[in-house]
Amino acid sequence: MNPSPDLSPDEKSARPQPQSLTDLFVSFTLLALQGFGGVLAVVQRELVEKKRWMTREEFVEEWAVAQIMPGPNVVNISLMIGHRYFGLPGAMAALAGMLTVPLAVVLLLALVYAQFAGHPGVAGALRGMGAVAAGLIAATGLKLMGALKTHPLGLPICITLAVLCFVGIALLRLPLVYVLLGLGVVACTLTWRKLRP
Amino acid sequence: MSIVLHWNDWLAMFGHFMILSLLSVGGAITTAPDMHRYLVDGEHWLTDTQFNASVAIAQAAPGPNVLFVALMGLHVGLNAGGPLTGLFGVFITMLGILLPSTTLTYLAASWGHRNRDLRGVRAFKQGMTPIVIALLVATGWILASANVTGLKDWPVALLTVVTALIVWRTRLHLLWLLGAGALLGWLGWI
Repeated sequence: MNPSPDLSPDEKSARPQPQSLTDLFVSFTLLALQGFGGVLAVVQRELVEKKRWMTREEFVEEWAVAQIMPGPNVVNISLMIGHRYFGLPGAMAALAGMLTVPLAVVLLLALVYAQFAGHPGVAGALRGMGAVAAGLIAATGLKLMGALKTHPLGLPICITLAVLCFVGIALLRLPLVYVLLGLGVVACTLTWRKLRP
Repeated sequence: MSIVLHWNDWLAMFGHFMILSLLSVGGAITTAPDMHRYLVDGEHWLTDTQFNASVAIAQAAPGPNVLFVALMGLHVGLNAGGPLTGLFGVFITMLGILLPSTTLTYLAASWGHRNRDLRGVRAFKQGMTPIVIALLVATGWILASANVTGLKDWPVALLTVVTALIVWRTRLHLLWLLGAGALLGWLGWI
């Protein structure tokens, strides 16, 4: 049996956590502004590796929920992290941080875009940043694989499920809903049996 | 492009985005094809060029990719009037795409947090982890292969692989990598 990732109140207070709603808002604003081509890689790097607000295992579990629910995943996970610490006000602060300043930036960019869209250098730079962004997302997945070592199903079954998911989505290009439902039901049922009290 | 939008049109657009919000499992970008069908082909509120620019600018900008929805609202509003209608369009589309999904996520997350010791909740969260981790790697793969259309594109593929290895194995700041990618692209090396 694996230890539950949720710590007791004593252990929790010993860990770093956001100090206030302002701290949440500012932290998420800064995260969002560093996230070119997707914010997830930055969220993982900052909240798990630098600020240590959550462990890798906790992050993956929250990410699972953020992914399953409808809506933008990084918006969902910011809301959930804010809620963990300060309830509804925390969720709103994190959400506002993730969206307000980036929205202003993107509107400004849209105004200047028309002037520079045809410039070959700009087109090339966007292409280069796109290639880097793809690498960032893949690397985030690779890093989180470490969290599978303590998984109740054991590493071989986890790797089998992960490979099947990768083949279905990346190579066969199956619709996400079928892969999530199909593999998800199998994975959750197997885990449920392992967690038998 | 100049169009006329009445209150019932704004309301219809708001309703349409609320429905898409509930369908957007896997991110708002998964509903982009339907937005194209509705805004460009169906109602003719947005040109093809404006649609593509909205997605491209939001991808290049920092922040969540869902902001492409705000730019669609902006362009619809600009077509229907001026900058103020544009901002109103941003408000309508963003509220529509976010309100239902965030409410649902909030309720689900707080229920899940209160019941985090239930066997079912733990089985769900832990059971999904291998799948969502693989989904991230698969997303990286799909994004990378959109840039690579043939053997001549090997430098782009190499850049993605090297980036993935550096981020996986080192703690180098992500902005350095993005800057390097932009520079290589600007110089025309990839």
